[in-house]
Amino acid sequence: MKTYGRRIFLKNAAVISASLLTPGFLKSLPEKYKSKTGSEISYNGKKLVMIQLSGGNDGMNTLIPTRNDSYYRLRPGISISSDKALRLTDEAGLNPVMTGVRSLYDNGQLSIINSVGYPNPDRSHFRSMDIWQSASSSDEYLDTGWIGRYLDSDCSSCVHPYSAIEVDSALSMALKGRERSGIAIKDPSQLYSGSKRDFFSELARSGGTGYDNDELAYLYKTLSDITLSADYIYENSSIYKSAFEYPSGEFCRNLKTIAGMINSGFETSVYYVSLSGFDTHVGQTGRHERLLKELSDGIKVFSDDLAHGGTFGDTLIVCFSEFGRRVKENGSKGTDHGSANNLFIIGGNLKSAGLYNKMPDLEKLVDGDIIHEIDFRSVYSTILRKWLGADDVKILGKDFGDMKFC
Amino acid sequence: MKPDIQKKIQHLFHRSGFGERYSVIESLNDTYIEKIVDGIFRKSDSFTDLKMESSYTLPSGKDPGQLTDKERKVLQKKSREEIREMNTKWIYKMANEDSFLREKMTLFWHGHFACRSRVSRFCINQNNTIRKHALGKFGDLLTAISKDPAMLQFLNNQQNRKSSPNENFARELMELFTLGIGNYTENDVKEAARAFTGWGFDKEGEFRFRKGAHDFGEKTFLGFSGKFSGEDIIRIILENKQTARFITAKIYKFFVNEEENVNITDKLSEGFYDSGYDVSLLMKRIFKSEEFYDEKNIGTRFKSPVELIAGLIKLLDLKFQNPSALMRLQSALGQVLFNPPNVGGWPGGKSWIDTSSLMLRMKMPEQLFMASKIEFDYKINIEEDDEAVTEMNEKRKLMQMRILNAEVNTHKLVSDFGKYNSNELVDKMCSYFLQVPAGRKKSKLIEEYADRTGKEDLIESVAMRIMSLPEFQLC
Repeated sequence: MKTYGRRIFLKNAAVISASLLTPGFLKSLPEKYKSKTGSEISYNGKKLVMIQLSGGNDGMNTLIPTRNDSYYRLRPGISISSDKALRLTDEAGLNPVMTGVRSLYDNGQLSIINSVGYPNPDRSHFRSMDIWQSASSSDEYLDTGWIGRYLDSDCSSCVHPYSAIEVDSALSMALKGRERSGIAIKDPSQLYSGSKRDFFSELARSGGTGYDNDELAYLYKTLSDITLSADYIYENSSIYKSAFEYPSGEFCRNLKTIAGMINSGFETSVYYVSLSGFDTHVGQTGRHERLLKELSDGIKVFSDDLAHGGTFGDTLIVCFSEFGRRVKENGSKGTDHGSANNLFIIGGNLKSAGLYNKMPDLEKLVDGDIIHEIDFRSVYSTILRKWLGADDVKILGKDFGDMKFC
Repeated sequence: MKPDIQKKIQHLFHRSGFGERYSVIESLNDTYIEKIVDGIFRKSDSFTDLKMESSYTLPSGKDPGQLTDKERKVLQKKSREEIREMNTKWIYKMANEDSFLREKMTLFWHGHFACRSRVSRFCINQNNTIRKHALGKFGDLLTAISKDPAMLQFLNNQQNRKSSPNENFARELMELFTLGIGNYTENDVKEAARAFTGWGFDKEGEFRFRKGAHDFGEKTFLGFSGKFSGEDIIRIILENKQTARFITAKIYKFFVNEEENVNITDKLSEGFYDSGYDVSLLMKRIFKSEEFYDEKNIGTRFKSPVELIAGLIKLLDLKFQNPSALMRLQSALGQVLFNPPNVGGWPGGKSWIDTSSLMLRMKMPEQLFMASKIEFDYKINIEEDDEAVTEMNEKRKLMQMRILNAEVNTHKLVSDFGKYNSNELVDKMCSYFLQVPAGRKKSKLIEEYADRTGKEDLIESVAMRIMSLPEFQLC
């Protein structure tokens, strides 16, 4: 058997030194991305940053109901005392590690929405995340994501292949549409070098258009999305260099990448990023606090960075999780899967800051879980309609109304 | 070889299996398609089960509910390992066995009867049940699946009792497995659920009809009334021609073209119905039809990740050093065997392709040939497997770079194409690897990038580049 070494093919690398794309190609958007109405593409400059907390964040120990006896009774081992919690109101305080988010609250840049969920909650990570990402009901299976359908909707803020960027190695279902999808990028410099060097960039150029075969046309369109985005990112990301020091770790590194893009003036409307590890069934406290600290410190620097770049007012950050956790702690000083949860909205230009609605009623639980009061799709519809200027009813299939946070 | 005939033969092998070696294609060039089809079916007459000595057994005399935390964890870990091992074995079975048609059919039904179980033994048994009936009568398959512990568990029929009916199985049976949405009412779902009350399994994983939980009363289903049992419901569903239409359309979309041609499927489904749902007969009719070889059906199917990987194993004699690398690759490409996204199965088609999966697909050949590292990490999507999720989150931080350790052996490729001179090599190889022509520009590009150190290097570098083309994603 012969094992391949690096000796071959590499010598060809020198052949390709020309730019990835001809300038003309960069300037002319593919037909697909021109608005169907023929109107001028106008980008309103609003950005949405979705932060997905994977594993089911324990909202009860994120925003603590400091005056609620049931909370302390149901969580004898892991509750956070009212004097330790960072006081927000008479009834509520943040987890002690969340000093960063607390300062945003003080500035009127944080809105917390309680009891967000959906009817007939599913307690499987996988399924519930699907529901959140596709914006489906719990008895409905969709194979496109809500942001993907936003891209499909052909609105003025979503015409580019880089209109939605996920900072990750693979694309989440949330960003997959029928005709268009977001783009997943882990490290922008890598993407560019990956697309630029050698065979692939040549291929993208020679690929072109005009295929009778729809499937082949789709493949080459996707390839051109990659190179178009790669080039766009490469050309534009050097504009802004962040001077802020982010906490260590992948999540914060990803936030820094996003801040760089936003402050460089990217015409990208939606950014998507995840922080995982919230599935705290056993010995929850230490682990949960490490994660919340990473989240809170990261968001704080991110917000400062954006404020410095003058873009915080145009940015809306949403922190959600696929479900909250059971109110009562389990036998291992952890918590099991729950349902409705709180959701954090952060921005430099919120219409309503502070606690958006009342704290969950712990006397009225279903199967030990908080009952949802606000459908998560109302949060989506509000963002789509009022922030991104998109047709929320078309995207979500129904009118979920609008809320007042933006 | 005549190019148009070569293309048709390759089409047949791509769609009925996972592609075929060049030497085989060459040797069949003068054979009538009908005979080749018959040969493919003959090869699937005999087959072997997916063999796995499962060591997953409950400690003697215990119910799953009685296990200690520790016992349960040991068992879950063992089960995960076994599911991983099965995954690898099956993908190699697809790539290497003569009964590839049966494996392809099994893969189709695996997506149709999408199901997940954390119990490895259940997964193996279900897979072998599907394999056994894959080319037989659809009614036998449907009945077997309806009594299959993995499915009963997945769709909560274990909890379907007269006192508190659970409609999950009954609903999916109609919506996804047989009639399709819009061909039954909510009331039909309720009544069918009553008929399936008491269908469950015991702790040995055997089907059990629990009389005490069954509702023996009168039911009205799809316009018929009687004291229906679950078997009666299945019979009534099969007597409904819509079931034949639904299954035929799904088979057509999977094997022929995503876009259904109703004129064709109507005729096919009539025959399918009249034959008593004989799957073999339906498939033979499809593969022998002129329509199947029509230009518009060739090179228009996106290879699913599993088809792509099995095809690569076949072409390059790929050996994965460790089974979890193979699982990760499936995951990064978007299709893990035994782990469909939900009861709807894999949506397929365009949904396989997004910017990141296309980049991975295009770069994979280069990485494989250069025995280097494929960098990807994968999103966790294992159902409620808390321990595994936690475990992986920890690892994720440590392993930014996951290594796809696979060995390529191009011996057969070199011996198959060694006879061509370097002027014709790219053309010959393109006609073999691609079902849609690459065109002159791209052939030239491949020429430019070819390694002309020696014949072997040339063949290998050309193969590698062709496999990196978007065209290679289609079959």
